[in-house]
This record gives sequence, C-alpha cells and structure tokens, in this order.
Amino acid sequence: MAEDLALRTEMDPLEELMELQMGPSHPATHGTIKFNLKLDGEVVIACDVEVGYLHRGFEKMCEQGTWTQAIPYTDRLNYVSPLINNVGFILAVERLCGVEVPPRCQVIRVIMSEVSRICDHLTCLGMASQELGAMTVAFLMIEGRELLWDIIEAVTGARVTISYTRIGGVTHDFTHDTPDRIRSALTHVRALLDDCDKLLTRNRIFYDRMAGIGAMSAADAISHGLTGPLLRASGVPYDVRKAQPYSGYERYDFEVPVGTQGDNYDRFLVRMNEMEQSMRIIEQALRGLPDGPVSITDPRFVLPEKHEVYNNIEGLMHHFKLIMEGAKVPPGEVYQAVEGGNGELGFYVVSDGSGRPYRCRVRPPCFYGMAALGEMMRGIMVADIVPTFGMINMIGGECDR
Amino acid sequence: MGLSADDLLARLREAFGERIVDAHQHCGDATVVIPRDAALEVFQALRDRPEFGFDMLVDLTAVDYLGQAPRFEVVTHLHSLSNNHRVRVKVRVPEDDAWVHSLVPLWKSANWAERECWDMFGIRFVGHPDPRRILMYEEFVGHPLRKDYPVEKRQPLTEERDPIEVGWKV
Repeated sequence: MAEDLALRTEMDPLEELMELQMGPSHPATHGTIKFNLKLDGEVVIACDVEVGYLHRGFEKMCEQGTWTQAIPYTDRLNYVSPLINNVGFILAVERLCGVEVPPRCQVIRVIMSEVSRICDHLTCLGMASQELGAMTVAFLMIEGRELLWDIIEAVTGARVTISYTRIGGVTHDFTHDTPDRIRSALTHVRALLDDCDKLLTRNRIFYDRMAGIGAMSAADAISHGLTGPLLRASGVPYDVRKAQPYSGYERYDFEVPVGTQGDNYDRFLVRMNEMEQSMRIIEQALRGLPDGPVSITDPRFVLPEKHEVYNNIEGLMHHFKLIMEGAKVPPGEVYQAVEGGNGELGFYVVSDGSGRPYRCRVRPPCFYGMAALGEMMRGIMVADIVPTFGMINMIGGECDR
Repeated sequence: MGLSADDLLARLREAFGERIVDAHQHCGDATVVIPRDAALEVFQALRDRPEFGFDMLVDLTAVDYLGQAPRFEVVTHLHSLSNNHRVRVKVRVPEDDAWVHSLVPLWKSANWAERECWDMFGIRFVGHPDPRRILMYEEFVGHPLRKDYPVEKRQPLTEERDPIEVGWKV
C-alpha cells in the first residue's frame, strides 16, 4: 500500500486524471452521500454517486407490523414534507380497502399536502442559496418554513414526525382558528418570497452560478425517470396532480410551471413558481372547506370511540382486534402515485389479506434524481457540484429508505 | 386520464396475443404478466409503439412469494406521458434460476432500480452495465428483502477498506 501511495503522488497531475472522493460526510452536502469523482483539473469528467448511507430497511420494517404501524415509518421518508408521504401511503391502502373518505378530510389532506410542499421547496431553495453564499435568503426561507411548521404543529401535534393520516381519515380536525392562521402565515410567506425573489432571481452572481449548469434535455429526463420540478424544468408539464388527480385535485385551479433549459436556474424558477401555485390551491381549498367529519366510522378499519372501549365489551374487543391483528386490508395490489415535493412519490403495496402488508414498496423521487446526477455533472466544475446536488434536493431518508 | 385499464388491457392482448401470460385489472390498475424470454421484445414494443408510448419506467422492484413456484415476481411500473396511462408488467422468476433481462438499454432509470432489486432480492439482471449493490455494502451477506431473511439477522464485521482502492470499481 505504501508503494501504491508513493506511485500515486508521483503521477503528473497535468497528464493523469485525478480521482477525488467527495463525502460521505462533507460539510457542503446536506445528507450523507459520496461522490467518486474523476477530475481533469477542475472539470468533472465522470462522477459515480454512492448512496445507501441512511438505509434503515423501511420496506422490510413495514412488513413486520400492521398497516397502521407503517404510517410512522412513512413520516421518516421525506422528513421535510412528511404529510405528503402519509397521504400517499394511505391513499394506496384506501384504494385496496375500497374506502371513500369524507369531503372535509379530502380538503384537509390537500391543504396540508400543499403546506408541506411549500416547506419542502423553501428548504431546498434556502439551503441551495446558502451554499452559494446567499445566507440572508436561507434565513428568510427558514423563517417562512417555521411559520408553516407552527401550523402543522398546531394541527397534528408534532413538527416533523406527524403520522397524521389513518385509513379512512386523519387523526385531528382543524381547530377553529386554523384557517385564519394559515391565511396569515401565507401572507407572511408571500412577503418573504417576494424579498427572496428580489435578492436572487435577477442577481448576477446567482444567475451566473445557476444558469446553464447541470442541464438535462427533456428526452434524457424522461428516460432517467425524473419527475417533479426536475422534469418540469426540462419543459415537460407532467404533474401527478393534473395527470391523475387524487383527493379532488381536479377541482382546484392551478398552473404547472415549466422551464425551457432544464438547468439549475430553471429548477430554481420552477420551485419558486410552484410555491405560489400551492398557495393558490390552499386559498381555494380554505374557501371551499366543507363541514362534517374528518374520518369514516367503518368498524373494519377505524378504532371505536374511547367511551365505547371503556364501557362496552363489543367496543373493547373491537379495539383489541384492530390493535393486535390490524385492519384486514383485502388481498390485492395497488400502485398509487402522488406529487411529492421532489416529484412522483409512489407506493406499491401488496396485501395478502392478513393484517400486515405483504410488500410495501416506495418509489422515491429523489432516488431517480440521484441516479441522473452523474450524467448531469459531466463537464461541470467542482464548485458547481454542490448547487447541482442541491437542486436535486436529495432527502436521505427518502433516497436510501 | 388516458385509456381506462380495461381498454388498455384489451389493446395489449390484441397486440401481443400469446406473449401475455395473464392480464387483469384490480382497483383500476392494469397488470400484465409476460414470459421472461419475450420480455425484452415486449418492453421494446411498449416503449416504441405510439398507441402504448410508455416512455417512462417509473419503478422496478420485485415481490418474494416464498413457498410458491415460481418464487419471485419482477414488477415494473410503466407510465406514458403522451397517452397518460399506466401499466404494471410482471415477469415471474424461479428461485434457482433468478435472472431477467436488463432494461437499461431501453430506459436509463432501470439502472439504479435494477441494482437495488439485485441488492434486495438477489435477482440478476443480464446485460446490466454496472451490477453492483447499491443500498447495502459489497461485503453484505444475503439479500435483505427476501422473506426468508430474518429481521434480526446480524452481519459479520468487515475488514477496513484500503482507502486507495475504495471508489471506482467499474
């Protein structure tokens, strides 16, 4: 080994490609990830991306418990927008069960998903601009995220690990002041985004660092299975909420922003515009928020009321069976896609009719983004690796599961 | 939405005839099962023929039906952006001869998905350009998502890697 080392140091750096291992624990990459780079001077010739450092065995763990016990695991996939994961998983299960949720629950799920999407984009853009030196923007965006997380905390009782959905409904209704709190938070977030827009969008330094970097054509993006902001930045107007609407998304009026170049700057613009569209959806949903229950009462899937459990033998047995054996989801298989913060988040669930998932596969959008990253990086400079990686918005929990 | 699952299945049956072993619709999802030998050809047609136009391989995974024969199903989810429809294509694979053709020549997204499927289930993808593990490390013994892999199983400690040899293995 010592000889090898000596040999390597004697190589002429001008003639030989340099191999550089960036990561797995690197201060500029948020998330544990390793890039094996081949460099010609400062230009990336090839990049081999290594993931898996945050693998927890999500899919294996889901097979061990009941269907309801898998919901907390989904929180820990994309932990910036856990609500969307909850909704995606439960929609898949509900389709297998043939359950229709009440209208109020549908609207609440839409509102909370869109709040989460804004959080997701704020985190992505805030961190990416901080890596380019725009610290002010990072603080403004994190302030906006805090405002929204306060609402999430008020509604669900937790900031990140929320486990908000159940088969046939959600755990908590909105409180009487939630709609007003959301409206006032959105006013603040709009003002903050306005400031961020002034600081970044036409900023010469920011533009030069982002434009033309990490570009990917529409055909390549489709072949790589990119979805969400990455695909739309390449000019393909594919959005699961429009293409295959779920939870009543077809009732809302919103646009799907697309880019033209497919570079980092377009990815930034698409995300900025999407936040505005999400706010439009939330406002429409709040205007049309129906009254009524937030959960079905079907005893096959939903726990009985507490006073039933304490005072009534049927209620107690029913509670016990649901907790110990789990809800009996009919046999079959379903693939349900929802539009996550990073793209199409899919759940492929297989049930054998027992109370436990036979197979629970999640299609993580940023896994495919990371697979395409090696190709995006070809020919860019070392300093551009971090913003390109930032625009993929890899969330370790989701990518590595 | 594009074609309904039933209409799509009717067209697929018409186009592929005997090359479709089984086709059914469940909860609005169309599923076809194709034989392993004809898989590449069917996938190519699914991608290239405009009436199907499945230009995106959304996901590829497997399911382990331990105790049944054949034991594994390799499940591919395709989506057509132009026609806005989806299909699930399954290839059944026996345990003692667990391989399928790699789809990397057709869709680039198959690359990492197939690596993960090999890693988790031990199904080989013939023709894959880079058949390494992806989420687990190279020294890992077994394939964790197989039903006969115990959850509590421990792995042996591995040797420290030579820092110079780490990295490019291709």
